[in-house]
Amino acid sequence: MEFAFSEEQAMIAETARAFFTENATSERTRMAMAATGPDAGIDRALWSAFCTELGLGGIGVPEELGGVGLGMVEFALVAEAAGAQVAALPLLGNARAVHALVAGGTQEQKSRWIGGLAAGDVIATSASAAEAAAGPGTLFGTFRFAPHGGSADLLVLVAGSRCWLVEAGTPGVTITSHVTMDQTRPLAMITLEQAPAEPVADHAAAIGALDTTGWICLAAEALGGAQATLDRTVAYAQERVQFGRQIGSFQAYKHRLADMMIAIEQARSAVYWAACAVDEGSDEAAMALHAAKAFCADTFHMCAGNMIQLHGGIGFTWEHDAHLFFKRARSIASMLGDSQWHREQIAAQILGAAA
Amino acid sequence: MKLGFSAQDEAFRAECAAWLQAQMAGSFADIRGIPNLCDQIERRKEWEQQLAAHRWSCIGWPEAWGGRNATLAQQVIFAEEYARAGAPNRINHIGVELAGPTILAFGSDEQKARYLPGIAAGRHIWCQGYSEPNAGSDLANVRTKARIDGGDWVVNGQKVWTSLAHYSDMIFVVARSEDGSQGPKGLSFLLMEMDQPGIEVRPIRQINGEAEFNETFLTDARCPADAMLGAAGEGWKVAMALLAFERGVSTLGQQMQFRNELDAVIAAARANGKAGDAVIRQRIAQAEIGLRLMRYGALRMLSSADAGAIDGAALTYKIQWATWRRDLGELAMDVLGQAGEIAEGDHYGWSMLPNLYLFSRSDTIYGGTNQIQRNLIAERGLGLPREPRGQA
Repeated sequence: MEFAFSEEQAMIAETARAFFTENATSERTRMAMAATGPDAGIDRALWSAFCTELGLGGIGVPEELGGVGLGMVEFALVAEAAGAQVAALPLLGNARAVHALVAGGTQEQKSRWIGGLAAGDVIATSASAAEAAAGPGTLFGTFRFAPHGGSADLLVLVAGSRCWLVEAGTPGVTITSHVTMDQTRPLAMITLEQAPAEPVADHAAAIGALDTTGWICLAAEALGGAQATLDRTVAYAQERVQFGRQIGSFQAYKHRLADMMIAIEQARSAVYWAACAVDEGSDEAAMALHAAKAFCADTFHMCAGNMIQLHGGIGFTWEHDAHLFFKRARSIASMLGDSQWHREQIAAQILGAAA
Repeated sequence: MKLGFSAQDEAFRAECAAWLQAQMAGSFADIRGIPNLCDQIERRKEWEQQLAAHRWSCIGWPEAWGGRNATLAQQVIFAEEYARAGAPNRINHIGVELAGPTILAFGSDEQKARYLPGIAAGRHIWCQGYSEPNAGSDLANVRTKARIDGGDWVVNGQKVWTSLAHYSDMIFVVARSEDGSQGPKGLSFLLMEMDQPGIEVRPIRQINGEAEFNETFLTDARCPADAMLGAAGEGWKVAMALLAFERGVSTLGQQMQFRNELDAVIAAARANGKAGDAVIRQRIAQAEIGLRLMRYGALRMLSSADAGAIDGAALTYKIQWATWRRDLGELAMDVLGQAGEIAEGDHYGWSMLPNLYLFSRSDTIYGGTNQIQRNLIAERGLGLPREPRGQA
């Protein structure tokens, strides 16, 4: 039995945790939240340092394509650390794009984009539409809820079972940024009117990689975020005194924290089960991914809500960071399939399709 | 980080699976999958002896005492295959998993030679004398008294919730051996024979109609002075070490039983059409997720136990499985509907799923209630201050 981190994995986790704790401070995140235009919700200096100084932008990219050549377990460690600080980064979009290209891009697409994505020079987003109309080399359609879409250079777009690459800033591409509840990952609408679009080489592989990477990223971010809400609330419980006692000594309070820890320990098992199953090509991978996304999103949402409640009035203020976690938890819950949808995928595996 | 077991371990799995399945298809087919621990006691004892005859009764023990010195991974695999084969719950679970490891850890050579062979051979069934009417969650509040009289300990008091006492040959008893002592101080850990005039066992009927546990009255009950683990007055240390063994490798075998229970719920939902109900589908999926996460949580716990660490996964495991199983019992009854409330025969006895619904209400109580578990998690796992204590 080796369902525990290797020394190298533990080191990556520690490096990432130290990096985000030191650099993705509340102050810097709030500056990114307050920014507008293409800098909205992105700490560009942080992203650049992450990709170049830390060299982790291409953690899952094979070495022959210029990456670090590690797997989903290592990527999850990084996403967990980023999520623990609610870091304002295009990690989700870039990781999804890079893995989609590795899995399904043409040689030309790979050599054109992967280097820049891994180095942090290119920012990518991904979005889906129920349908899109393709002409020769062009695409028409509306793609909603693209994370960090207002900052993106490369758009990886999915309609039905097809996947295309579109460059932002080319004629026929309109990107409309939204004021978004989670300001650390603002959403945008992408409208294409006869926009130049390149299909990938292997659509199923690219879409599979988009899904897998997205679910792992969000589940791991949620795990990190949930653990952070617990750690911060435990610290408050030990410091705050009411009725002449630390409030953490009251069972009504400590039992809620215990419930958070119980859920978080399961969320941790879920993330690393899913990441391992993907890396090992296990036939459990599909179930593990759905389980991880649903369970971790639910856990983070419960924990972030508890963080506000257990801090009392201060937890409801803009000044306190509790709302950053709460809003990130909400956005993760709805993004890339909500928990009901993921559970229904598992039910369909077990029970057959719904009537 | 890896999901599975090594090739060597998988070879061990094939070996024990083949033997167990042959037994359950052959001469012990009549007790395959029987749910109730008190059914067919004599056949269960024969099964213990069959396990012993083939050296499968206590594989984690040293070879010198009838075990196989099996690694943690091998013990996990055996527990999984045991449950997968439908072999009946071990009637001597307490002897093999609790008393044995504690005797191995704390016993003298002479004590090991006195007690271990009977457990390994399946001859001596053990039960646990911990809880008392006033020592439940507050276990250290034990009132049962032990005093030395000549060459014997003489024990007086009452134990309760003593599972299988009515079929047991031996009992380990935590008793107060220092007059006037309080809490965890002044307790001793005694090993006593059940078959004596000073011990009376009265079965307690449970909510499912069965009587698996008992009240055990000790009235001038006796055991030799050297039938004690650890030093006099230091029994709490032994008692707590024993509880740590309880969280061991049997957890994954227990999960295989949970798998069988969830599969029965799924089969029932398919059979009566509830499998098409959107809410039931969500709940079945949630149960499936919970079971899988229990498995990987246990693997995390056991992988790190290899390195000698106690971590969050271990601390949260009890409340996790107990709550999961209670929820599964409720789901089972929602799937079955009123049909689940009708007994199959003409006596008050229950098939697997209604019994699960009733029995699982004890899971969140025994071995530390959910409330106590939350205290432990908050205090030991999160470092929160203890609740101030009342005066004894």
